[in-house]
Amino acid sequence: MMEQMPLWAEIIVSLLLVISGFFALTGSLGLIRLRDFYSRIHAPTLGNTLSAFCLVLSTIIISFVTKHSFAAHTLLISFFLILTSPITAMLLMRAAIKRELLRELKKTSEQE
Amino acid sequence: MTSIVEYALVFALACFVIGMGLATYRLSTGPTMADRVLALDSMYVNGMLILLTLGLQFASPVYFDIAMLICIFGFVGSVAMAKFLLRGEVIEP
Repeated sequence: MMEQMPLWAEIIVSLLLVISGFFALTGSLGLIRLRDFYSRIHAPTLGNTLSAFCLVLSTIIISFVTKHSFAAHTLLISFFLILTSPITAMLLMRAAIKRELLRELKKTSEQE
Repeated sequence: MTSIVEYALVFALACFVIGMGLATYRLSTGPTMADRVLALDSMYVNGMLILLTLGLQFASPVYFDIAMLICIFGFVGSVAMAKFLLRGEVIEP
């Protein structure tokens, strides 16, 4: 289990953990509450990126306080997520727009 | 050992698990295919956050490597599925 930490570190770490959980829950709630796909794609990408960043920050603070070492390799996860999350969102958006256009084209050609 | 960090860890873990459940609901009843791919994308990020939280709880460095691998390969899978929805095939000749 975890070693003993000073009080200020405990407060900061637990605040970051609670913020992280809250934002992840908000992103996933937006996934089922919002109405159509183009508004639905905003919620998980933004919420998950911020919550991963808060979690990684709390990991770095814990390892800095208990072991007196700066373990920055977990920051790589947050960096990679920030880099890749917009690419996925953009590709999915383009795919959704193209498939909707194809569906409307098929509908109009059936009517004629 | 009862510190507030333990309670915060349990709260964050519960939030991630609930988020994963909501993403599973969207995965099963998505109106379009892009919705399902988006739900899968959200699910892998939630699973990665669960692994990071477990690594904090058990104070083990192995979990961070697993989370890094899930981050990389989940991105590759999501891009492959989005490319398949966009073009109809993943690797074009």
